[in-house]
Amino acid sequence: MTVGCHEKYIEIRKMDEHQSSDPAVELSPTRRSFYIRFIYGMMSAIGVALAAPAAIYLLFPPKAHKENEWVDATDLSGLPVGTPQEVSFQRTRVDGWRVTSEKTTAWVVKTADNQVTAFAPQCTHLGCAYHWDDPSHTFVCPCHTSAFSIDGKVLAGPAPRPLDRLMVKVEGNKLQIGPPQAHA
Amino acid sequence: MRKIIDWIEHRTGLESAIKNFLYEDIPASSGWHQIIGSMAVFFFIVQVFTGGLLAFNYAPTPGDAYNSVKYIVTELTGGRLIRGLHHWGASMMLIIVVLHMLQVFLYGAYKKPREATWMLGVVLLLIVLAFGLTGYLLPWDNRAYWGTVVTTQIAGQAPIAGPYLTRLLGGEGSVGNVTFSRFYALHTVLLPPLTIILIGLHVFLVRRHGVAPAVGDTAPRRKFFPEQVFKDTVGVSLAFIILFVMAIVARVPLGKLADPTDTNYIPRPEWYFLFLFQTLKFFKGPLEAVGSVVLPGVAVLTLFLIPFIDRGPMVRLGKRTFAFTFAILGLIAWSGLTTAAVVTTPKTAEADETETGPQGLQAWQQLSPEELQGLAYFRKENCKGCHPGAGKRGIGPDLTTMLPAHRNASWMIPHFKAPAQVVPGSSMPPVQLDDAALNALSAFVLKLTPQNDEPFRSAPDFAVQGAMVYQTNHCDACHQINGAGKKVGPPLEGVGQRRDRAWLERHFVDPKGTSPGSMMPPYKFSSQDMDAICQYLLQLPKAGG
Repeated sequence: MTVGCHEKYIEIRKMDEHQSSDPAVELSPTRRSFYIRFIYGMMSAIGVALAAPAAIYLLFPPKAHKENEWVDATDLSGLPVGTPQEVSFQRTRVDGWRVTSEKTTAWVVKTADNQVTAFAPQCTHLGCAYHWDDPSHTFVCPCHTSAFSIDGKVLAGPAPRPLDRLMVKVEGNKLQIGPPQAHA
Repeated sequence: MRKIIDWIEHRTGLESAIKNFLYEDIPASSGWHQIIGSMAVFFFIVQVFTGGLLAFNYAPTPGDAYNSVKYIVTELTGGRLIRGLHHWGASMMLIIVVLHMLQVFLYGAYKKPREATWMLGVVLLLIVLAFGLTGYLLPWDNRAYWGTVVTTQIAGQAPIAGPYLTRLLGGEGSVGNVTFSRFYALHTVLLPPLTIILIGLHVFLVRRHGVAPAVGDTAPRRKFFPEQVFKDTVGVSLAFIILFVMAIVARVPLGKLADPTDTNYIPRPEWYFLFLFQTLKFFKGPLEAVGSVVLPGVAVLTLFLIPFIDRGPMVRLGKRTFAFTFAILGLIAWSGLTTAAVVTTPKTAEADETETGPQGLQAWQQLSPEELQGLAYFRKENCKGCHPGAGKRGIGPDLTTMLPAHRNASWMIPHFKAPAQVVPGSSMPPVQLDDAALNALSAFVLKLTPQNDEPFRSAPDFAVQGAMVYQTNHCDACHQINGAGKKVGPPLEGVGQRRDRAWLERHFVDPKGTSPGSMMPPYKFSSQDMDAICQYLLQLPKAGG
């Protein structure tokens, strides 16, 4: 630190104590501290009045939409027993200010007793699309080699939980797919 | 803590910079009249902050812009407040900037050597007006659209520069995508940094010449902090409280989606431009440019050159009779013109589209059950795969800009059945639906215009499904919705105001149980259909709404 710089530093320190070079116009200490407290107080209050709505605006989820979430996905009779099928169907999704109708898929497994399970098509690790590998009889994720059994259990790899299931409903011969099931 | 501050001070000099700023010497005569400049800076910060927040959820393209503003206001918690702060903040900013100029004017603070500070101030005033003008378009409702149409037309009247200005604003032909993008770029990309630079320069000049003292003020100088900062804070706090209350109490309306074909809409500018709007009425024919361009131009130039027009030495406030008269005349003229504009323009009963009253119809509520059913087929047949929407490029043509000759069912339906026979070379596959379905599909497609395309297509699922159930069960054989259907049973508009969900469900299962003497047969809907038709019927608007 050079001498000039240091002198300036001392001068700045002094500024805090004296508010004028002329003692005749100095404020009384109580008045001065009231001013300073008011400034900090009001500025903080305004800061909070702006920051709090901003945080709510950015962090609160948008109002929930009542969507018709059950969709006719496929004809049940067309599904083979014991082999997962990738079924694609149209679903409407609320995407911010737009409602879009988009193609989605699900892996559907029909068992011999006509029980149906539908899995969401993303690996539970990092969301890659997995596929059914018939020879090894497992669902295989190409990204980090996670593998899942036909009932969704993790067999290998970094996946932290079984495959996510979608709600299913059978009405006559139609398979309807609904929203994701809550995690067990 | 002290240690950290010392470290930062040593490495950056930040503390001494701040203190140098705060401990500026100011004249003993400084006081309450000089707080307005700080308030203007504060309001600029509020505008940047709230504007940034709005931009987080705003889609800067026409059509989407409108929907995203609606989304901000109706779907996001606090969205209405943020928009309110930004909207009213803009108005207050303008008031404060004008008051600031008025104070400087009356105190003669623009005189030598402070001419450049004043001129920069005039530029900043123009920038604030430019913010108002460009921001006005961004919600893309009728108000925004028509206001901007008029603005760009006025710019086009400027002598010599007119056509170039119009082209620069993208207003050639009509107001659309190009104008919108340019206004958005000005409002959010160009003007904010420019304002920051100019405010910086303005404050630098104030510091360079010092705050203007009152005449004959020779008392010892004081420090800016804390006494004057305290006064500034009082002003800022009061103004902020007013703004916050306004943002909560006074709703900022969002009108109908911009509709260039709306011939009933009376465009009006924001309140602070109303005086210009009124001035225009006095100039007819070839003189119009005088009112729209020449007069405002002369006014701005005069304002800019005031320091050179009034070059006398600083005079006590009480003796500045000319300045006083000038300011008061200006104020009277402004208020007179503004009042005249308010009084003489008939009020447009524009509904606030963010309110769900009987007036503010949602897009789908304007569609008949048959048209909504058509939308169901439109979705089912995935028509949008080739006809993605107004203004978008797809395999098939834009449905909103069809030839007038094709705008009827008798062309449409044969075309659906055998596209290639009606339009040679068409690669559209035939639509495999029965005649009733084709009628509905045609009714829906014929309803599309560039303005309503997007809102109609995004009708909620329950409405589309509900209308489908309504149509397939031939409810229209006995009931009316929006005048369509027979009058055997009661009309169903606004049924939600008379009945609730439970009643409707019971009524479908056992009509005579809920309405003795009813001729309606019972209906057994699946739970999905029941849900759809009940939601649909309950949200039908009142007749004539």
